Amino acid sequence: MTTAFDILLRLLLWLLLAPLVPGIINKVKAWVAGRRGPPVLQLYYDLAKLWRKGVVLSTAVSPGHIAGTAVAWMALVLAALLLPAGPAGAPLAFRGDALLFVYLLALARFCTALAALDTGSAFEGMGAAREVSYAVLGEAAIITALIALSLQTGSVSLTTMLAPAAGAGAALLAAGLFAVLLAENCRVPFDDPNTHLELTMIHEVMVLDHSGPPLAAVLHGASLKLLMFSVLLVQAVLPAGELSPLTAACALAGSVLAVAVGVGLVESLLARLAFRRVPLLLTTAFLLCLFAALVSWRGGHL
Amino acid sequence: MRELALIAIPLLAAVGAFVWSKERTRPWLLPVAGTVHTAMAFWLMAKPPTLKADAWFGLDPVARAVLPMVSVLFLVCSVYAVAYLRIRAERKNRVFVTALLVLLGLLSLALQAQSLGLLWVAAEGATLMTVPLLHFNRTARAFEATWKYLLVGGTGIALSLLGSFCLGYSSLHGGGGGDLTFSALTSQGDALSRPWLVAAWVLLLAGYGTKMGLAPMHTWKPDAYGEAPGVVGALLAGGMTTVAFVAILRVKQVVDAAGAGAMTERTLLAFGLFSMLVAALFLLGTPDFKRMLAYSSVEHMGILTVGAALGGMGIWAALFHVWNNSLTKGALFLSAGNIRRAAGGRTVDEVAGMAWLAPRSARILVAGLLAITACPPFGPFFSELRIVRTAFETGSVWTAAAFLGCLLLAFFGLTRLVFAIVDGRPRAAARAQGRLFRETAGVIVPPLIFLGCSLWLGLATPSLLRETWDAAARLLSPRP
Amino acid sequence: MTGGLNLLIALAMGLNLVALASSRLPSVIRAAATQGMVLGLLPLLLEQEFHWMVGLVSVGTVVVKGFVIPHLLRRALRAANIDREMEPLLGFIPSLLLGAGATIGAVALGGALPLRPEHANSLLVPGAFATVVCGFLLLMGRAKAISQVCGYLILENGIFLFGLLLIRTTPLIVEAGILLDLTVAVFVIGIIVDRIQREFDTLDTRKLTSLKE
Repeated sequence: MTTAFDILLRLLLWLLLAPLVPGIINKVKAWVAGRRGPPVLQLYYDLAKLWRKGVVLSTAVSPGHIAGTAVAWMALVLAALLLPAGPAGAPLAFRGDALLFVYLLALARFCTALAALDTGSAFEGMGAAREVSYAVLGEAAIITALIALSLQTGSVSLTTMLAPAAGAGAALLAAGLFAVLLAENCRVPFDDPNTHLELTMIHEVMVLDHSGPPLAAVLHGASLKLLMFSVLLVQAVLPAGELSPLTAACALAGSVLAVAVGVGLVESLLARLAFRRVPLLLTTAFLLCLFAALVSWRGGHL
Repeated sequence: MRELALIAIPLLAAVGAFVWSKERTRPWLLPVAGTVHTAMAFWLMAKPPTLKADAWFGLDPVARAVLPMVSVLFLVCSVYAVAYLRIRAERKNRVFVTALLVLLGLLSLALQAQSLGLLWVAAEGATLMTVPLLHFNRTARAFEATWKYLLVGGTGIALSLLGSFCLGYSSLHGGGGGDLTFSALTSQGDALSRPWLVAAWVLLLAGYGTKMGLAPMHTWKPDAYGEAPGVVGALLAGGMTTVAFVAILRVKQVVDAAGAGAMTERTLLAFGLFSMLVAALFLLGTPDFKRMLAYSSVEHMGILTVGAALGGMGIWAALFHVWNNSLTKGALFLSAGNIRRAAGGRTVDEVAGMAWLAPRSARILVAGLLAITACPPFGPFFSELRIVRTAFETGSVWTAAAFLGCLLLAFFGLTRLVFAIVDGRPRAAARAQGRLFRETAGVIVPPLIFLGCSLWLGLATPSLLRETWDAAARLLSPRP
Repeated sequence: MTGGLNLLIALAMGLNLVALASSRLPSVIRAAATQGMVLGLLPLLLEQEFHWMVGLVSVGTVVVKGFVIPHLLRRALRAANIDREMEPLLGFIPSLLLGAGATIGAVALGGALPLRPEHANSLLVPGAFATVVCGFLLLMGRAKAISQVCGYLILENGIFLFGLLLIRTTPLIVEAGILLDLTVAVFVIGIIVDRIQREFDTLDTRKLTSLKE
């Protein structure tokens, strides 16, 4: 009974904290641009408003449209349950959960793309094509990063993998993961979350035909993913397992905040890349993770 | 210290040429310096100075065996250069004359270098000095050739430096004290670290092989020889390649002493035969008679390499062939330069009937063709015969067969092209151009002298030369 | 000591990949210049006690590779009014992957070759080989003259790195030779670049194709 209650509590924590991250990023962007900007809690208001609204569906869609969105959100929530959060540890942890984590992320992406294709709109199809073609490179990078962590610790469980610091290759790994974070969450320089030009969008264009609660699920899922990647990045570098619980919790919170500020700064200072340059940057992220893996493999001998 | 004069004289003359203010008289510094240099070189060949054991440079038997050839080549070319620069009086010749003299000094230094580092520095300097010579004509094609020469040659020289470092590290790993003279490296014997030695051999062969123009690193050669003035082509084909060949021979000596002789022989043989084959095939196809000379040069570099691979008597024959090839090539390059000026074109489509337009040059070209394709009374016949004989004596029958097959193919290619430009009816455009070109003594006598040298080397090789080649071959290949 | 040394060499190896991935000429020039400066610091780290010759090599390398040559290249870039895009013959991603493969291969090769005990734990040999190969890739894979020059510079940097193995035992003539070579080579190349530009109104070596068989 306690276990079930524990899991539920942590799940609530993840779900409630997630929409905060985009709010912080937007605040940083506004601050750099010298504007007041929307309140930090803006996404909460948006989600509440969308939840109350009705759903307008295209006549072309099948039930798969709603189901895809729902499965994608569920997959992301399950992935969040696998990820340890500092001293609290992961709600679910077993040998090999790192693999499940990667597969759940892939499943979420697949379902989002499927739901987008289901609308039968040319724009959505184009967005889905872009999303999955960049994901090929992004996933290679994140899998390599997990391999690096696994080589470092000799484990395939996220809880043990993320506990110590990443060792000699930490800087490489952090840089690689940060690039993956930006790409996977459709931030500048890969994609611009604020753009409203369908031809240049990647992620946003996939959800153009969503409305009401499904759109709320998509937006919430995206913020959850951003939070998960920030937590993953921070814990990969931070020796969370070696600090006292209180320090670790503070360090984790502070570092996630720092990552959010970093993303905001990147978005304010960089322009988005031309599409043909995106694969190059993702390949660079992959190579950074690859070299991190090699350093953790051979680092002891050199 | 007398051998230092061989380097100092051309360099001093270069300084003189640079400060000399008269365009018309400046080219005369070339034959003056050439004469002094040749006299010094032959005097030192007859009365060799003693060589200190750990000296960085000196006139050892190998330098003695080839350096006088470079002197003679330069002297005869310099006489031609005076006449050539008079024809091209519209061009400033300060840089050209200075660069030629510095090139001679650096070639002398490179041939005498006894240290790996010094050899590299001299070879690098000589490469850079060639650049202003190559783009003397200032045409778009000349720039293109120069650019390719710089890129390919620069990469080659970089690889040979890396190879030199590998050889140095091999010695260091084997307990050496960092002495990079060839005598010190040879005396270390098989103490040299084997993996580093192999790496060094591969890199040095690729690097100096590029300078020498062995296939497949020969790509700069047709462009450079095709666009350069005839004098420069002759000096590159006879002098620069000789430096690279001597460098490979010296490195081979070190690697052989370390007990990797089988490897050097196999790789040299492969490179040599491959170069001969590639050159022969290109000779069958090229329509341009100046590029033809470049491919012929690639072929003869292959011959030298095969000779070096056979060892012992093969090295003797290769040194003999260095003289024959360089001097015969001199005749070909200079007469081809005359024909190029008389015809105003360079391919078989543009040039024909040169036997009427420039009869003397055409005759020299045909005689040079016979010489370079190893027809009997000329020198190349005897040196190539010696290489084939060595191949049979050492039991490499297939090598000899492949060697002769490539020679035959090259013969077809060369004769096809040469007779196509010599025979036939002169083109209308060429007639007007041909009347402007006069075959003066200045442009006819130098190639004739080269032909005479080639004939003399074949009919009556001086015993002094034979002795120096004996000594060099004994030094480079200690086996009986 | 070895830690700092290895960190700098790893930085140089990273700069190889930066140069391979850069799509604009100024950033390639900057990568090559930074690499030259990083390498210039290495002789100081290698020596236990300070020696004026080593100091001179260090200062010379930093000044020439870090300032003089990049300045010449930038001036050529400005004077010839070249479009700053790179125009690769070999795409950026393939060259980046090849460069990364070469780096990994060089580390493996460095482990296989026998080394003296004082070099056993350093990245000098892998760094040198990786840099040479990456320089070669840049030399072969880019169409513009200036990027080819940068490739040549990186190639030379690799050779310089290898030369550091011998810095204690051989006289510094080889080091001096490299510097001399670099200055003169780039000087000459600069002149040629100037000429090519005047003749062709471009620095695209793909236009240099009238000589071929």
